[in-house]
Amino acid sequence: MVWNGERFMGYTLNFAAVWRSFDLLLEGLALSLALAFAAIAIGAVIGLFTAFCLISKNGFIQRPAGTYVTIIRNTPILVLVLFTYFALPQIGFRLGKIESFVFTLALYSGAYLAEVFRAGLLSIPGGLREAGLAIGLTEMQIRTSIIAPLMLRNVLPSLSSTIISLFKDTSLAAAIAVPELTFEARKINVETFRVIETWIVASCLYVFTCSILAALMRAVERRLSLPR
Amino acid sequence: MSNNLLEIRDLHKSYGDVEVLKGVDCTMSQGDVISIIGSSGSGKTTMLRCINMLEEFQGGSISIDGQEIGYETVGGERRRKKEKEIARQRALTGMAFQQFNLFPHMTAARNVMLGLMKVKRLSKEEARALAEKWLDRVGLRGRADHFPGQLSGGQQQRVAIARAIAMNPRLMLFDEVTSALDPELVNEVLQVIKALAQDGMSMLLVTHEMRFAYEVSNRVIFMNEGRIGEEGNPREMFHKPKSERLAEFLKTSSFG
Repeated sequence: MVWNGERFMGYTLNFAAVWRSFDLLLEGLALSLALAFAAIAIGAVIGLFTAFCLISKNGFIQRPAGTYVTIIRNTPILVLVLFTYFALPQIGFRLGKIESFVFTLALYSGAYLAEVFRAGLLSIPGGLREAGLAIGLTEMQIRTSIIAPLMLRNVLPSLSSTIISLFKDTSLAAAIAVPELTFEARKINVETFRVIETWIVASCLYVFTCSILAALMRAVERRLSLPR
Repeated sequence: MSNNLLEIRDLHKSYGDVEVLKGVDCTMSQGDVISIIGSSGSGKTTMLRCINMLEEFQGGSISIDGQEIGYETVGGERRRKKEKEIARQRALTGMAFQQFNLFPHMTAARNVMLGLMKVKRLSKEEARALAEKWLDRVGLRGRADHFPGQLSGGQQQRVAIARAIAMNPRLMLFDEVTSALDPELVNEVLQVIKALAQDGMSMLLVTHEMRFAYEVSNRVIFMNEGRIGEEGNPREMFHKPKSERLAEFLKTSSFG
């Protein structure tokens, strides 16, 4: 490392201590990714269902979905995380740290993805649904075979930034001591006092992972793009 | 039970306070090719869309092969049939739309296969064979694996017709299928429809192509302000219109 031993605005950089704990950071990163993956997978199902509810003309379907999205989107995720982990057990809803965080992030992603999906659904011409009806498909078959696949293609660019944003939100799990990347970094920081080095390395891991996620999403986008 | 293919009785349809169909009666036999003409807003497209329940209607009845479409009367109360039953009834008719409405994420063959597999429950191989057969019939051999975005408007519309006809409907509904096409592409689509008519396919066509309506149909219906203004064989209708309104309409249309 070029910076090792160099003085940097009065601070002597020394990465050795951080490198010794690097595998801890990697384990933390793996858990971060696992948390994000689980939460987004559940959130995508919630979001898709909610999106169809949001565009429903039936108020009994649309309103509860709208309320869910409004409440979640207007509450800081840290508050939601703390609420689920500390407040819900008081009324008998007790979950482990990891389960509790995945539950919260899934609900949170559900609301954000619902908005992404809703926009995608609105951009699909109504004539396609009618064409599906005209050949005798049911509404459900139309949703699964026509509307959802097209919507997904429409929203890929904004889906990509939402997914990256949700991945970064896993850092909030540190607040309830889930040993993900940020939590591990803080532990190393406290144990080694190498403040700058620790957070530089942790940040680089986040940046690196997000770039990979973005590249993956672009590859999916290219793969699914329709020839014309 | 009558042996009419299609029977429409006193059909009423409104959007809110605006009544667009004010009591339409029409019967049609197997093999009939009927063109529906009239100025825009006269209710011709709405009538077509009621037949496959893309539009709900408030009064009257529509039957295909004697089965009542869309609604049933239970204990004196008129009720919309169950969604599944309506979906099944919709498959009795095929429809081609002004805007083609092909599924853009599926190849031409896939567009045709979807209904065959999901509604008719054919295997993938059977569906593919039928799709190829019908694409061939509409002159699109070799285009089966093209996506809609790679096809011209006329080709897309022919895929859409193949998609509808492959389902083996009792009756084909054509809703201004050439209106969105560039003039030089109109003919290829009309030729396909004409060939289907000659094969004995029963069809109802809403069209602005007066020359085509004259040539292909055995009956013409002139819609006027939500009612059937006049109907008869094309020769009489176009050459000796009885009503002032039809004469007026023909004068402003492309027939001449």
